[in-house]
Amino acid sequence: MNCDDLLKALNDYVDGRIDPAVCERFESHLAGCNPCQIVVDNIRQTITLYKAGEPYELPAEFRNELRRSLRDKWKKRFPDR
Amino acid sequence: MIEKADDDGELVRRAKAGDFTAFEALVSKYERPIYSLARRIVGNAEDAEDVVQETFTSVVEHLAQFREEASFYTWLSRIASNNALKVLRKRRGLATVPFEEEEISNARGLPRPEFIAPWARDPLDAGKDPSIRSMVEKALGELDEKYRLAFVLRDIQGLSTVDAATTLGITEGNLKVRLLRARLQLRERLTRALGDEAARVAAPADHDETRIDDELR
Repeated sequence: MNCDDLLKALNDYVDGRIDPAVCERFESHLAGCNPCQIVVDNIRQTITLYKAGEPYELPAEFRNELRRSLRDKWKKRFPDR
Repeated sequence: MIEKADDDGELVRRAKAGDFTAFEALVSKYERPIYSLARRIVGNAEDAEDVVQETFTSVVEHLAQFREEASFYTWLSRIASNNALKVLRKRRGLATVPFEEEEISNARGLPRPEFIAPWARDPLDAGKDPSIRSMVEKALGELDEKYRLAFVLRDIQGLSTVDAATTLGITEGNLKVRLLRARLQLRERLTRALGDEAARVAAPADHDETRIDDELR
C-alpha cells in the first residue's frame, strides 16, 4: 500500500469499518510513514472538533416564541391534559 | 456534544402519553444542537429558526409514530435535516431534484494533503476558544454544499451512512466519496490554522503530483 492507496481507504479506517486484510496493510504503511500517520490523526481531530461543538445559541426571543407556540400546539393535540 | 442520548426513553414515553413537561425537557435538551445543525445546513439564523420551529412542531404531531427503533435524537436529527434540506431546495427552485449534481462514484481529483503537521492543541480544548470555533465554522460554511452536507449529516450529526445517503437522495458510494473529500478539505484548512508549524513534515514523495486519478475501490 502506498500513500495514495491509504487515502482511498482512509474513511473505512477512521470509521472502524475497514476490511481486516486491508487494515493490516494500512497499519503497516502507517508504521513506516510519519506524514500519513499525522494525516490520519488530523482527520480524527477534525471530526472530534466539529462533533464537540454546538456553536450556535438560539436567540432568546425566538426561544421564548418557540416555547409559546409549542405549548399551544400541545394543548390542541392533548386537549384533556 | 450530545451525551446519554439513549436515556430519553422515559421522557419520550411520558411525552407520548401527553405530558408537556416531559416534552419540554426534550425540547430544552435538543433545541441547541438542532439549531446548530440547521445553521450549519442553511447558513443563516432566520431560516434555521424556521427549521427548528417546523421540526419540533412536527414532533408534537408525529411523536405517536416514533417507534423508538433509533434514539430520539437520531429521529429528531433526521426530521431536522429533511426540513433544512427543503429550505435549500426551495432556494434553488427545485422542489424534487435530489442533491446529486454530478455522478462521482470514483475518487478522481482527490486532493492530496499538503500541509501536514501535528496539531498544537487538543481538539476539544481548541474548540472552546471562540476565535477557533468561529474559524472552524467558517471553514465548514465555505465547503462546497454537497461535501458540507455529507460531513454535517454523517460526521457531526452521526447519522449512519445509509441514513445520510437516503436523506440526501444519493447512493452510499457517492456519500462516502463526498465525505472523504469533505474530511480532507477540512483537515487541510484546520491544520493550516491549528498545526504546529515547527513540527510540520514534508508530504511523501509519491504525494508530489497534485491529483490522484485512480478509481476509488
